[in-house]
Parts: sequence; structure tokens; C-alpha cells
Amino acid sequence: MVQPEAKNHPSGDNRFKLLDRAITKHHGSGDALIEILHVAQGIFGYLENDLMVYIANALKLPLSRVYGVATFYHFFRLKPQGEHTFVLCTGTACYVKGATEIQKAVEHHCACKFGETTGDNKVSLISARCVGSCGLAPVSVLDDSVSGKMTPEEAVKRIKQWQEEKKEVAA
Amino acid sequence: MTNEDLRELSEKEQTRQAQFEHRILYCSSAGCVSSGCDAVKAEMKKAIDELGLTKKCELIGTGCLGLCGEGPLVFVHSDPTLYQHVDAAVARRIVEEHIGQGKKVKENEVDLNDSFFSSQKKIVLENMGKINAESIEEYIAADGYEALAKVLTEMTPEDVIGEIRKAGLRGRGGAGYPTGLKWDIVRKGVANQKYVICNADEGDPGAFMDRSVLEGDPHRVLEGMAIAGYAVGASQGFIYARAEYPLAIERLKTAIKHAERLGLLGNRIFESQFNFRIDIRIGAGAFVCGEETALMRSVMGRRGRPKVRPPYPSEKGLWDKPTLINNVETYANIAPILRNGNSWFTAIGTPKSPGTKVFALAGKINRTGLVEVPMGIPLRKIIFDIGGGTPEGTEFKAAQTGGPSGGCIPKEHLDLPVDYESLQTVGSIMGSGGMIIMDDTSDMVDVAKYFMDFCMDESCGKCIPCRVGTKHIYMLLEKIVNHQATQEEFELLKELCVMVKETSLCGLGQSAPNPVLSTIRFFQEEYTSKLKAATEFNAIDHDQSSATVAKEVQ
Repeated sequence: MVQPEAKNHPSGDNRFKLLDRAITKHHGSGDALIEILHVAQGIFGYLENDLMVYIANALKLPLSRVYGVATFYHFFRLKPQGEHTFVLCTGTACYVKGATEIQKAVEHHCACKFGETTGDNKVSLISARCVGSCGLAPVSVLDDSVSGKMTPEEAVKRIKQWQEEKKEVAA
Repeated sequence: MTNEDLRELSEKEQTRQAQFEHRILYCSSAGCVSSGCDAVKAEMKKAIDELGLTKKCELIGTGCLGLCGEGPLVFVHSDPTLYQHVDAAVARRIVEEHIGQGKKVKENEVDLNDSFFSSQKKIVLENMGKINAESIEEYIAADGYEALAKVLTEMTPEDVIGEIRKAGLRGRGGAGYPTGLKWDIVRKGVANQKYVICNADEGDPGAFMDRSVLEGDPHRVLEGMAIAGYAVGASQGFIYARAEYPLAIERLKTAIKHAERLGLLGNRIFESQFNFRIDIRIGAGAFVCGEETALMRSVMGRRGRPKVRPPYPSEKGLWDKPTLINNVETYANIAPILRNGNSWFTAIGTPKSPGTKVFALAGKINRTGLVEVPMGIPLRKIIFDIGGGTPEGTEFKAAQTGGPSGGCIPKEHLDLPVDYESLQTVGSIMGSGGMIIMDDTSDMVDVAKYFMDFCMDESCGKCIPCRVGTKHIYMLLEKIVNHQATQEEFELLKELCVMVKETSLCGLGQSAPNPVLSTIRFFQEEYTSKLKAATEFNAIDHDQSSATVAKEVQ
């Protein structure tokens, strides 16, 4: 059940068509809220307020429910991400093998904490509970590619590479 | 699909496999993917093509081969050889020398007679390193879906439950509730619709057993769920998987599609009256959703907040209908039990905990990876024979089981048999199977603080003991770590732990103090040594502040 106005989103943004398709697939059921939020975040990168209003209308749910669910789960982001993401696994195996040192080094280098994005909007630092590659601890995920046996030096080096990339392009 | 069709498919696949002289299996689980198995695969494929060996050998991706820390791993099936640390150059040599000339690449060979392999007993992981993780035909050729066929054509639901009860299978999610009993309760529930859920929300940090099973042998879980659906009278199943496991989700989706195509899921399975569908629900990163009532709310698209039990999910679960929830590993045990009979299963493990348990071995240990051992095996054997002990120059200090709900087991209990009851006697739990080894460089108070930080962050906030209690326990631990706590505060910490444990609503809060309590029990001196300094420090501090007060008064 798609709302008639949903098909012609006033912004003319075609991405809403993709979202509508997912909503139709789940028959516009409120029970599929988490699935829809996953799709929405996949398409738009993060969950903007207007987007949540749109989803609430389409699924006929109170906005409070949509906002409540989006903020309850760690996976959903309400702010845009940086160009690159550095995910540090903070699971037990990684902790025992020195993830804390990597965290300190990276936070020091980027001058921001995990859960934030650097001032130049280049790198987002995210901490994960456990990515399940404990055999390779300490693990970090750089732009969706998992790197095992990470060291503080290597982590900072990789982030530096991202940051310099931008300078080259600018030059 | 009938029994004959299944047998025919199986034979056809076996003949297809037999035409290859060699089967090269590379590990395609997340651990080896991270170590670069894609490059290895590409290089081997290239080499096979170049040498014209395409008719002679087959290259396939398989489930976890166990030695996750030594990846990428490659296994040559015909002439059983396991290679570790395979890079593109070694990959080429394996094809050229081993397959081409019959000479093994000695430098990278792993000794398969090593105690790492010989001390294990594989039931859940038996197909790892045998079949292609993404092929339903290969699963069928390895006796897959045979148990489902048998159940649907020869057995009544009561027979199935009776068989599981006699096998004495207990929930592998950690609590060890008898599986047959749970099935029986759901079976007896009267409702027009019932549900089966597979809990694949493997939230414990340091645990990756379920991920490996889903990635390496997804059909086994689907088969187990379908059998469960038949036994309890459900026609809809859900797999609740973590969003952090994209590969596992992808493989599950493929597996469901393949099973539906062959009519092994869907309507009138094996021409019986039984219909069963499975849908995937993806979690969104909340540890508390591993708790069954929270998980069900999450499946229904709500915030994952636990409810008071009773009523239990087996009476009132999803949409208030009777719902069966079991863990991935529990479902993975179902098909082999029904295929081989209950007495085969009870012969493994201990009388009270039959069967095997998969552990994810990680931390300060020489061989990290995925291992499956018979229940009742001494802890020492897992850590030293299989895991190869702690790295040189360090000494074993503790093994942590059960994640944030479990405890630390010190070296004086190394001979403890690993089963549900024994682990409880030392204040830990079996848990879902994460086992993190710590050596003498680990500070146990800091470890307790680490877990409390986790629980504090993951508390859903519904009940006060957990929401506020974990925060205060964390602050007290932080004070101790910083040498600022007094003896009274240490006593307060212990009191608070017991309070949170006894009054929290769900498993998360009830078990959150376990890591603190168990480290206090076995490593109290680490706490008290930090206190002593604190008392002196406070005394000085106190003197100074009273001096300033005195000055101000003057």
C-alpha cells in the first residue's frame, strides 16, 4: 500500500522511488519498520528528519515510533557520514590484543572521538561491538574492507593516506 | 520433490564430483576473506586455466577451516593437505606443484595430525572443508535434507520431539534449556499460527561460531528450522541475523532461494501437508536483542526491549502466538541427530550434556580459530592441546567464557570439564561459545570494567537496576582502576553487583555483574592492591583539604 503522494515526491528525488519499492514489497506494514530503515539508510546514507517523517507517513506509524526505533539501534545514523569510514572493533578479543591503543592513537591523530567525524568531513570514526573476525584481532574495517592484525601506526598511516588523497585532488 | 528425487540429485552430484581428480577448497569465511582469500582464488583459477587443469580439478569456496588466525587457508581434498598463510605466489605453487606434479608445498603445509585437529569432534562443523558453501547440490550430496525427508515421510511430530528429547540436546545459546522440552511446550500450544525463530544475533563480543556456521553451511540451519517447524506445527520461520554479518546474510538469502527452487522450503514439502517459509530479519546493532523477548519485539519492527516472563515465548511470542526460539548451533544439531539416531548423539559428550560445543578461541593464544569439542573435555585440553597455549614468554592467566554475561576462569580450574553445570560452579556460564584467553599482561579489574562499559552501553533502559546499576558499577570500577576507591566503596561495589543481579528484568542485567563478581572471586588481590594506594592517596588528599579549610577558617 503506497500512498499516492509517495510516488511523486515533491523534491523530485528519484531515490524515493527505490524506497517506495521496498515499502510496497513489505505491504506498507509497520512491522517491517526496521527493514525499511535499513533500506532507507542504504539509499540515503543516513536518516534525516524529513526522511523519517516520510517513512512514518508511508507506514502509518506515529513519528515517535520511527524516531524511537532509529535512535534505539546503534546501526542507524541520524547524521551524514564522512567520505571514509574507519570502524574499530572493540570486541573482547580485540580489546585483549590492544584495540585501546589504536583507539587512542587514532583519536589523537584525528582530534575527534569515536562516533564523530573529523572536522574536514573526511573520516568518520565508528566503534563496532564485534565484527566476528576475532582470529585476526585487533581488527578494523576501512571503508567496508576488513583489515586484521592492526597496529596504532598502521591505522594512523591509513587515515593519513585518506586525508592526503583530498589534498592531491584539491591541488 | 520426493525422496527418490533427493536421492537422484545426491547421486548426480556425487558423480559430478567424482569426475574431478582434485578438489581444491579455499576457506571463504569472513576471517579468510579479510586475510585476502579473493586474490588467492583468482590466482589459483588463473593457474588452473593456464595449465589446462580445468577438467582435472575443481576450485570451490568452503566454510571455515578452523585456523582463522593463519589464513588464508586452502585445503586439497583428494590428498588431504591443509595450507596456511597462502598468498598469490603460494597459491600458484599449490596448483603447479601439488596438483600438477604431485609435490606438496612443504613450507605452508599444516600438520593434520596435530592435536589441534585430533582433539576435536565435528558434528556441527562436519561440512566445513567438505562442501561448497553456496551450493545446495553439494549439501544434498553430503546427506543434506535427508533428515527432513525422513521426518516428513516417516515420522509424526511427536516422534521427532521424542527423538530430540531422548538425545538430550540442550540449547546451545548458553542457558542449556532442554530443546525437546521447549519444542514440546510449543507443540502443545493451541493457536492457528505458530512461529519458529532462529536466534542468529550473535552479540557476544569475541564470539563468531554462529557466523561461521551460517557462512559455511547455511542449509543445515534451514533444514533444522524446517524440522522444528514440522515438530511444533509452525509454517513460518524467521532468522534474526546481525547487520554486522553481511556475508552470512547474503549466503542465507542464496540458500533460501535455492531451497525454495527445489521445493525444500515452501508448500507441500516432500509432497506432505507441511508448508514452511523462512524469512530473514536483520538486526540493527543492539546487544539486548539476543534476549528472546527483545528479539521478538525487534522482529516485529519495534525497539528491542525485553518483557517480563512468564508468559514465555513458547506460550505467547511473536504477535502473541506460540513461538519457538533456538540458537543457530542448536538447529545445526537437529539434522545429524535425526539422521544418526539419539543413541549416536548421547554417546558423545557427558550424560547431562551430550554432544559437542563449538568454541571461538581468541585472545592471547597461539592458534586462534573455530573449534568443536565433545562436551566435558577439560578446559586445559582446549587451551593447550588445541589452542597451543599462550604466546611464548607469557603465562596463562584466565579464560573468559560467556562474553559480558560470563566470567573468568583462572588457572587453578584448568582441569574443569567444560559443560553447563561445571562452568556454573565457578561463576561463569557456557554462553554461546566465545572463549577469550588472557595472559599475565591483562589487568583483571580493567577487564571487568571493559565488560561493564559494554553492558552499561547496551542496557535498554527499561528497568532501573540495570540502567542505573550498571552505570554505578562502572563508575566504581573506574575509581578502582584509577586508585581512587576506598575499602567502603569496594564493599559497595560487591553489594551493588548482587543487587543488580537479583533485581534486573532480563538476562542482560541479571548477568551483567558476572564478570565483576568472578574477577573479585578469583583475583581479589588485584582489586585490593589498587585500594591500598587509594587509601593513602585519600588520606593525603583529606589532610590537604582539611588544611585548606583550616586556613579559610583562619
